[in-house]
Amino acid sequence: MSQRSEPLPRIRVRPLTRANLSIQLTLLGLTLLTLYSFTTFDTRGIGLVEALQDMLNNFRLLLLEPRLRSVSFADLLEALFVTVGLGLLTTVFGAIIAFFLALFAAQNLAPIWLNNLIKGGTAFIRAVPTVLWVLFFAVAAGMGSVAAVIGMTFHSAGYLIKAYAESFEEIDAGVLEALRASGASWWQTVFQAVVPTSASALLSWTFVRFEINFSTAIAMGATAGAGGIGFDMFMASAFYLDLRELGAFTYAILVFAMALEWFATHMKARLGKSRE
Amino acid sequence: MPSDPLKLRQIQSIAFFAILAALTYGSIVITKYDVVQGFTAIPRAFSWATTHFIPDEAAWRRLPRILEKLFETILMAVSSATTASALGLVVALLGATTTRPHPWFSLPARGIASIFRNIDVSAWALILLFSFGQSTYTGFFALFFVTFGFIVRVMVETIDEVGMASVEALRATGANYLTIISQSVIPACLPQLISWVLYMIETNIRSATLVGILTGTGIGFSFDLYYKSMNYSSASLVVLVIVVAVLIIEALSNVIRRAVL
Repeated sequence: MSQRSEPLPRIRVRPLTRANLSIQLTLLGLTLLTLYSFTTFDTRGIGLVEALQDMLNNFRLLLLEPRLRSVSFADLLEALFVTVGLGLLTTVFGAIIAFFLALFAAQNLAPIWLNNLIKGGTAFIRAVPTVLWVLFFAVAAGMGSVAAVIGMTFHSAGYLIKAYAESFEEIDAGVLEALRASGASWWQTVFQAVVPTSASALLSWTFVRFEINFSTAIAMGATAGAGGIGFDMFMASAFYLDLRELGAFTYAILVFAMALEWFATHMKARLGKSRE
Repeated sequence: MPSDPLKLRQIQSIAFFAILAALTYGSIVITKYDVVQGFTAIPRAFSWATTHFIPDEAAWRRLPRILEKLFETILMAVSSATTASALGLVVALLGATTTRPHPWFSLPARGIASIFRNIDVSAWALILLFSFGQSTYTGFFALFFVTFGFIVRVMVETIDEVGMASVEALRATGANYLTIISQSVIPACLPQLISWVLYMIETNIRSATLVGILTGTGIGFSFDLYYKSMNYSSASLVVLVIVVAVLIIEALSNVIRRAVL
């Protein structure tokens, strides 16, 4: 580089296209918002440096010295199963509802006014955080698994309707046309063409949602009285102030979530191969 | 085992749904979910909502205070997503097969990211409460860690997808490591990165509400306060404000995505 005798005329490597300009403006906007955000933090007199040191020390306790005190190992497993059950139940319910509604939300399967109606409704459902759905239903059903299941099912259905409808819309238009031309009824088209071609996509979206619902179920245990391991974690943190017990619970959810992620990655790779 | 592949497939599907049904039944038992009450609660909740869960005049007077909390929460979601993505990009560059400085970097980079994203944001909040108490830091770092883990995962994939050919080409010209990264890999990945940052901002606003309930900060705390004091009309205004904010940010993200990608 230093061997250059005279400066070369600067060549614009990246021309200022609309896309590049948008990228730069977005980055600038995000940076400014971030810097501004730091000035508005409500620090409550907590010194960042000491708190960060304290955090590292806490991580050491949490991860290297976990142990159970207020509950037994069997209790921990049961709580984990409750949380997994909550995630599974809401995923299954959400998937069943979403499958039928997504058929009417897909542009190639239903009239456009119906698409827009369902897509608008689901956008609203998804915009409300799951915890608020759960607390909303808790007023009518009381705090507990009923409110948690309905609230989480609502949000899952909203998410899966969008995902399923997009999968349905990717189906080759020729296949649908051929079936229609041969006189197949609407339901025959759905079960002979739509479901078989999109099955792997539906399966992988549903599994993604199960992963989300497992973590949501932890959160609902901590905030909305859904029980399970989230509630135990909340008690260990806010009530017993027991970091080491919180560590044991953290390991339990970490191992399960990692196993789910591993399974999802391998399933995706297998589905991808069988498609080729 | 029948040799007919269609028959085999049918049996597989039936077995799959049978197992799923059994697991679902097991879940109903273990979570003590009352199916009948579940179905009847939905119409009850919505009929209650039409009379009680509507902002009244007193609630609208609280709007400025609620909006202030909302902006605080949005800013926290944006700053945590942005800073975590910047750090996440660096770690992803160290971990990706095409750009890692040495093969030994991959496993630690991916492993650390995996731990950070697989501990749920609510669990992070409960852990961080010990060090940061009821300050904005708790929520900020909870969102930061989860975003960081997620961004490393998706950016490792993106870098390996878009980077391979251009990295080889530049390496052949004798460009050094930093030049390759800054002139080829990062520009090629930026549109994807921005798209993921926007996605994480959307996600973080929803998570921030949850974290706020746990840590007593931001818009989540406002909701919790009104909800627990049974001031449902004010609580409904908080929900409304969140919905509007999320929808606006989603629309804005889509505009930016279309311009960038």
